[in-house]
Amino acid sequence: MASQEIKFYQVGSHAVGNRLLDMSRRSIQADMHRTNSLNSGHRACRGCGEALGARYALDAAMRAAAGRVVAVNATGCLEVFSTPYPETSWQIPWLHSLFGNSAAVATGVAAALRAKGREDVRVVAQGGDGGTVDIGLSCLSGMFERNDDVLYICYDNEAYMNTGVQRSGSTPPAARTSTTPAVGDEPGNAFGQGKNLPMIAMAHEIPYVATATVAQLRDLEDKVRRAMEFRGARYLHILVPCPLGWVSAAEHTVRVARLAVESGLFPVFEAKHGEITDVTRIRRQVPVEDYLKLQGRYAHLFKPQPRTNTIARIQAIADRNIRRFGLLTGDTR
Amino acid sequence: MLRQIEGSRAVADTVALCRPEVICAYPISPQTHIVEALSAHVKEKALTPCEFVNVESEFAAMSVAIGASAAGARAYTATASQGLLYMAEALFNASGLGLPIVMTVANRAIGAPINIWNDHSDSMSQRDSGWIQLYAATNQEAADLHVQAFRIAEDLSTPVMVCMDGFVLTHAYEEVDLLDQPAVDGFLPPYEPRQILDPAEPVSIGAMVGPEAFTEVRYLAHLKQIQALELIPAVADEFRTSFGRDAGGLVRPYRTEDAETIVVALGSVLGTIQDAIDDLRAEGQRIGALGLTTFRPFPAERLRQQVRGARRLIVLEKAFSVGVGGAVTADVVTALNGAVPVQTVVAGLGGRAVTRASVRGMLLDAAAGRLDPLTFLDLDDSLIERELARLARRRRSGPTAENLLRDLGVVASRIG
Repeated sequence: MASQEIKFYQVGSHAVGNRLLDMSRRSIQADMHRTNSLNSGHRACRGCGEALGARYALDAAMRAAAGRVVAVNATGCLEVFSTPYPETSWQIPWLHSLFGNSAAVATGVAAALRAKGREDVRVVAQGGDGGTVDIGLSCLSGMFERNDDVLYICYDNEAYMNTGVQRSGSTPPAARTSTTPAVGDEPGNAFGQGKNLPMIAMAHEIPYVATATVAQLRDLEDKVRRAMEFRGARYLHILVPCPLGWVSAAEHTVRVARLAVESGLFPVFEAKHGEITDVTRIRRQVPVEDYLKLQGRYAHLFKPQPRTNTIARIQAIADRNIRRFGLLTGDTR
Repeated sequence: MLRQIEGSRAVADTVALCRPEVICAYPISPQTHIVEALSAHVKEKALTPCEFVNVESEFAAMSVAIGASAAGARAYTATASQGLLYMAEALFNASGLGLPIVMTVANRAIGAPINIWNDHSDSMSQRDSGWIQLYAATNQEAADLHVQAFRIAEDLSTPVMVCMDGFVLTHAYEEVDLLDQPAVDGFLPPYEPRQILDPAEPVSIGAMVGPEAFTEVRYLAHLKQIQALELIPAVADEFRTSFGRDAGGLVRPYRTEDAETIVVALGSVLGTIQDAIDDLRAEGQRIGALGLTTFRPFPAERLRQQVRGARRLIVLEKAFSVGVGGAVTADVVTALNGAVPVQTVVAGLGGRAVTRASVRGMLLDAAAGRLDPLTFLDLDDSLIERELARLARRRRSGPTAENLLRDLGVVASRIG
């Protein structure tokens, strides 16, 4: 690996980053000869979590597959910001067909490669939360059920950001979107709705399911690498904050993602064949307010006066996740 | 090899000879027998290498075909009716991406009311999808058209739909002369894709195209279809030279030389029409038929040549463009530009039998100038009148189909 020794300096956080790691375990992004699957110069917004997640995920997949990856993309931000004709930011073979069919198109690519005896070429499908949990769910479930040799990656920014921030089946309760406005007695998105796709994927008992965020990019890369060790259907659900839709500062993308994990609202775990095999434990649980306050989509929970009941309900969701997944250090499940 | 064989089976066995590499399908009547037979071929390893993908919907079936074709495999699927409509979004995408997928459509009506029997409502609804549409008149032609369809699709890099009448053809047992593997291999070379998803040469397929180039892309799609007007008859000629029988091409004239009245039609109903024409010719009526084997691209020039001497044209349609009349009629009228008067006869909707007697009566009416510009063949006027009377009495009359069935005594319970 061609990379330079960099002096360690303390950043004043719990993150020690890449620099103390053994060379062989450093991030793929630290390698100046990395594949750069998704080139810079694309048209994503400043602070886009999806662009960050996709770059790390695809480069990790490329590393695992020795450069032989085909990517299939659903319609959405990632597709639109990366391929405004005649430009493309993809340095790998890449196919976009429709919004709701990326899993099935990937199945077709995998079937063609198998028929042609090209089993060295691996297939990665990707979509946002809308294309995954809503309109694409049928195709995705079919792909899981057949155990097609595809790694499906969902970049979850918790709403339809590409069309102007409308609610999706992944939008969390109380969040303001353009179709769940902050008006009425219970402003924002309803409680009790939405789909937990990692759990739905696990119910298919596919070889590998994992969650990750752009706050822990080494973990993200590790999960892609592990996913690529399996043949068959694999699912990776990555939380990717969206400054536009979450109304958060562009420089807070990674911080917000980290708070989603540390509050317990976004459990990070791995599952094999339908059973949870590993969880990323939280060092210090932070109150959900710390997470919510950084995002304008929850502003109505704090002004004109705090909606303590609603915040308590969100806290209850985080606490339930912590219990259910055993997220606190020292917990045993 | 001559075999007494079901139409679906003849098509499946012929498709297998075309060496598809990925076959995907979702069950829908009357298409099912085709992919059932193909699944057996794949499972018995009579067809290798080939992946048979059982999918969860027709939308997924077309999507799998898109992925497979883009990755460089010869891809095939089959569907009908609601299934074709469920694919609609992906159909436009397959043609827009220039992927040479071949699909059999076992033509069937579109609900509601739900109806599994034959007409052309399904494929006609997708006439603007950018797919080439070929219509088989017989099971022999249905089988032969599939070999040609792969050639046409792959030469032009555009998808082709082979339409065959559901049940009337798919479920009919008759004698079909099936080609053998060396014959098909000689006619249909291995698929050489224009672009593939290959890590050695990465390409981005399916980019977003804005106003600066979208019109040009659509224009080039049109040019491709215009090229097909040359290619389709050339492939049919080559097929005739190779195998000694006529199949495919743009149009199929029948006794049109001196005809005053010419019936334009698609699919299996041409057999009935030809029988009726034979009867009437024997009685001295100058009537002929023009079958459209190719509906997309529309063979306007060939149509003009063929009907130049006629005094009237009747387009017999097994689909219906509600609020207008016939879908095919619109294209025929545009092609003729007033040169010959055109009338529409809607027939055979939802499996209503198109009988020799009805066609004969219609042709005699036409020859005598008694035919309305838009005629529904064998329409039960009494049923219509009862429903119209019911509508006049009550603002809400309930579902039309259920009312008609009650009037017929098919359903006993009171509805609405």
